[in-house]
Amino acid sequence: MAEAVSYKSIGTRPIRPDGVDKVTGRAQFGADQNLPNMLYGRVLRSPHAHAVIKSVDVSAALALEGVYAAISGADFPGPKGGALGGEGGGDVSDVAKNVMARDKALYHGHAVAAVAARSQKIAEDALALIKVEYQVLTPVLDVIAAMNEGSPLLNEKNFTKGLPEKATQPSNVASVMKLARGNVDEGFEQADVIVEGEYTIPMAHQGYIEPHACTATVNEEGKATVWCSTQGHFEFRAMTSKILDMKVSDLKFIATEIGGGFGGKTVVYLEPLAIMLSKASGRPVKMMMTREEVFRATGPTSGTVCRVKVGAKKDGTLTAAKTWMAYEAGAFAGGPIGPGAMSIYAPYRLENFHVEAYDVLVNKPKVAAYRAPGAPQSMHAMECAMDEIARKLNMDPIDLRLKNAATEGTQAPYGPKFPAIGLIECLEAAKVHPNYTSPVPAGAGRGVAVGFWFNVGMQSSAEVRINEDGTVTVMEGSPDIGGSRASMCLMAAETLGVEYQEVKAYVGDTESTGFCNVTGGSRTTFATGMAVVQACEDIIAQCKSRAAATWGVDEDQVEWEDGQAIPAPGTNADVKPLSLADIAGNAAKTGGPLLGRASLNAQGPGASFAVNLTDLAVDRETGKVDVLSFTAIQDAGTAIHPAYVEGQLQGGAAQGLGWALNEEYIYDANGVMQNAGFLDYRVPVASDLPMIDTQIIEVPNPSHPYGVRGVGETPIVAPLAAAANAIRDAIGVRVYDLPLSPPRILKALEG
Amino acid sequence: MRYEAPSTTKEAVNLLAKAKGAAYVLAGGTDLLVRMKSDLIEPDLIVDIKRIKGMCEIKKTESGFTIGACVSAAQMGEHSGLKKAWPGVVEAANLIGSDQIQGRCTVVGNLCNASPAADSVPAMIAAGAKVVIAGPNGKRTVSIDKVVTGPGKTSLKKGEVVEAITLAKPEPKTGDAYLRFIPRTEMDIAVCSAGVSMTLGAKGVVKKACVVLGAVGPTAVIVPAAAKAIIGTKLDDAALAKLTAACEKACAPIDDKRGTIEFRTEVAGVLARRAAKIAYDRAGGK
Ligand SMILES: Cc1cc2nc3c(=O)[nH]c(=O)nc-3n(C[C@H](O)[C@H](O)[C@H](O)COP(=O)(O)OP(=O)(O)OC[C@H]3O[C@@H](n4cnc5c(N)ncnc54)[C@H](O)[C@@H]3O)c2cc1C
Repeated sequence: MAEAVSYKSIGTRPIRPDGVDKVTGRAQFGADQNLPNMLYGRVLRSPHAHAVIKSVDVSAALALEGVYAAISGADFPGPKGGALGGEGGGDVSDVAKNVMARDKALYHGHAVAAVAARSQKIAEDALALIKVEYQVLTPVLDVIAAMNEGSPLLNEKNFTKGLPEKATQPSNVASVMKLARGNVDEGFEQADVIVEGEYTIPMAHQGYIEPHACTATVNEEGKATVWCSTQGHFEFRAMTSKILDMKVSDLKFIATEIGGGFGGKTVVYLEPLAIMLSKASGRPVKMMMTREEVFRATGPTSGTVCRVKVGAKKDGTLTAAKTWMAYEAGAFAGGPIGPGAMSIYAPYRLENFHVEAYDVLVNKPKVAAYRAPGAPQSMHAMECAMDEIARKLNMDPIDLRLKNAATEGTQAPYGPKFPAIGLIECLEAAKVHPNYTSPVPAGAGRGVAVGFWFNVGMQSSAEVRINEDGTVTVMEGSPDIGGSRASMCLMAAETLGVEYQEVKAYVGDTESTGFCNVTGGSRTTFATGMAVVQACEDIIAQCKSRAAATWGVDEDQVEWEDGQAIPAPGTNADVKPLSLADIAGNAAKTGGPLLGRASLNAQGPGASFAVNLTDLAVDRETGKVDVLSFTAIQDAGTAIHPAYVEGQLQGGAAQGLGWALNEEYIYDANGVMQNAGFLDYRVPVASDLPMIDTQIIEVPNPSHPYGVRGVGETPIVAPLAAAANAIRDAIGVRVYDLPLSPPRILKALEG
Repeated sequence: MRYEAPSTTKEAVNLLAKAKGAAYVLAGGTDLLVRMKSDLIEPDLIVDIKRIKGMCEIKKTESGFTIGACVSAAQMGEHSGLKKAWPGVVEAANLIGSDQIQGRCTVVGNLCNASPAADSVPAMIAAGAKVVIAGPNGKRTVSIDKVVTGPGKTSLKKGEVVEAITLAKPEPKTGDAYLRFIPRTEMDIAVCSAGVSMTLGAKGVVKKACVVLGAVGPTAVIVPAAAKAIIGTKLDDAALAKLTAACEKACAPIDDKRGTIEFRTEVAGVLARRAAKIAYDRAGGK
């Protein structure tokens, strides 16, 4: 799809179909399902970051008036293994132990028991009656110290995976991954300049506004129904089935509206507990986390240490890059080292590179996916190094990147050759953008960085039903987080040739629509969108055949244009075009209702590159940073709904800036998080940020019928380094550790 | 838990004086309700004072201003006379929380909550505010710096309720200012802060001054040495340097998630210096 195509619906900006219900409060979120006789479930959490659980006694809690069930690790079936779907790394047996600790509590806040009672208050009181005997162990909190031989171990049975030879001693290193090409030593020899640095980034939370919540009810036959806030109800069903040893067909999951996820709602926490409690009590059970629980016990993303070394020639050509990095996995294996290692050099043509990444167990919550999991951390280090090279060479930072930019045909560091990609287009747009060409405001600094994400395809299903009046119902199974229902409607309207208003899209539950992987990996508009387009094509084929039957002509003598069947040129039939409404209205006579469907495992998601520009002002006496301007330029392939694409770019910028400037998990020496609330876990507030400027670049993805690339994750990647590079520009020294908080900047300023 | 909303101060005092168990006055509730919700306190009695007429208004008199205990920060921001007379006090009140919080919260609640980081307190101390307290034995008026005795602790006795805060009519050529440091722009707790007021004599020479720091000790810290450093000067660089040094010396902050000792100490000095410049300007100094 190289030439520009003009569309009728695609590229327009209708208001979101779920918008009115959301602003009036009618929309049902995770905590909004209420059933007769419903109980409230609460979780008892470990007060220790690292402890052996010697015994759990729930009898006193059960004896309390109003308490109907109490469970602990002993009540669960032995965990079954299996890789997690979606973007979150790890194994289901670990998720099982994360949902409810068995013999060890591995972080402060780890679930150790749960109760269901008539009211929240009684449930709280019951928790206080549960007796847990702990043997407290030394917490492992520092990722580097955790790797030392003498470190206390989280898991005596953890033997490092990915080593050339099988590990003989247990350690906290869950796995190691290496990626290399060419000869880095030779590459560094060819370099005229070499930069090196160790960059650290703290653990950060996705910070979605809606805490985890669900309601579960199990009937007498053992069939469970669960309403929950999730990014993927099919995968929640799959995990729950393994954790509770239940048949998939005995589990029905309904995805409610979701108040943000950003990757954090791709794994279960409460759902298996609510089912267990409902089973034990015979009543429906609702569970809702507090914000504090969300911070302490749900997946943040890894804190990291990245040691990067990059060499370049005088003309800017990169000659070699070498990186060592360690990612905090939290309590169980599964830090995003794979994507971290595979993304770090992705924007550049590099003959010689080496990257070595370690997934390290520490006594902190098990990490979960967070927008482009792993990439912001590793690419921050690389993009800061690129900035340093540009400074050493006295070269424009965009020119340096243009000199080395990957393009169609470049072999990506992670294997395949890139098809058409938009990095060069983004860089060229950045170079002439007013946020780059205008003079840097006095007292401020300007930063540039590149962002990238692979995007994924994976499995999706969709059904398109033509109602008897010709209106269109799209049914699919991807929870709508960023406005995907509107995008599905736009693609369906475009394909069928009908007006956008005629199409409504719904996210079906696990029993009313076919399997879809999580809304994650920026895959929904791409993969589920592709299924919707194919289901519409199925409808068109059926309509053509119905028209042919009506007209008494061959099917190949019917064409579909502007939402109606018309005779092909030269067809000898004196007939009027048949609209979708005509065909649907007459369906009983031509073979019954019109139902189109498609299911697929989408290939060729198409990487999305971005360039971010920002001007930051630094108060030299206090270290305070003000964001003066921020511009996000990104390749969307084709923007189906441009306003939602812009929203993704702006949201990613806000989250990335928050992480760069103020957000961090602060722990005390015992492994207790000190800032488990939005007062002290400082996400940016609205007044902290200027309007984030956006520019959508469209280099269509050849693998998608309309050229879509996922856009949801790339936006969070570049802001970290863009901010760090701007501060470097403003204050003349580089700060290697995030967040770039006032105390840290003040210290750097004072040398 | 019992909830009462009396319509006179006398009734309020009576209820509080007779209360068994934990009794709390409820003004805006932006501290009290949050603490209840997070299980930090479990009151047996709550006395809502917002129905008490007279506590909800700002009175301008010959001698100055009386700010009732239920006056919201937003009301203060809308009072042009108060703003003109004591801009530092009003700007401090208008830094609390956000628009929504300011629609509810009071400076008396800010004071009685007794947080070392309370925003309006250093500004009110610098402005020489007084506190009118009603109790079982009648009314008493105390200087505002005598109310807070430590984090979460006040000198109010059982049955006592603050009725109002009074601010004198400023002398000619008086200016005040308040600045706080937070890493964000709003919805945050002061890492450190400074309130300054001063009155100028002839030729722009500082005649009187008061410098108060917040969040660098268990209560707001009055720094007489900082005032002394600028009295008799035209706030030249040397005087400002001395003020800064005096403020740094007066700091005894803690290290916590919100800031380090080092950072708080240094930035408190910076803020005091900057606030002094603004106050000087507002007093008409050049
Ligand atoms: C989101 C948020 C942001 C905030 N941001 C800030 C901020 O930026 N800066 C800041 O300083 N504070 C902040 N606060 C704290 C709070 O808003 C302020 O301290 C506010 O001024 C309290 O006033 P109030 O009227 O709501 O007090 P209340 O909550 O009603 O009372 C506070 C305490 O004072 C007592 N009390 C109240 N009135 C009287 C009286 N007349 N006599 C005796 N005792 C009394 C109460 O019993 C209670 O113990 C914030 C709070 C929230 C929820």
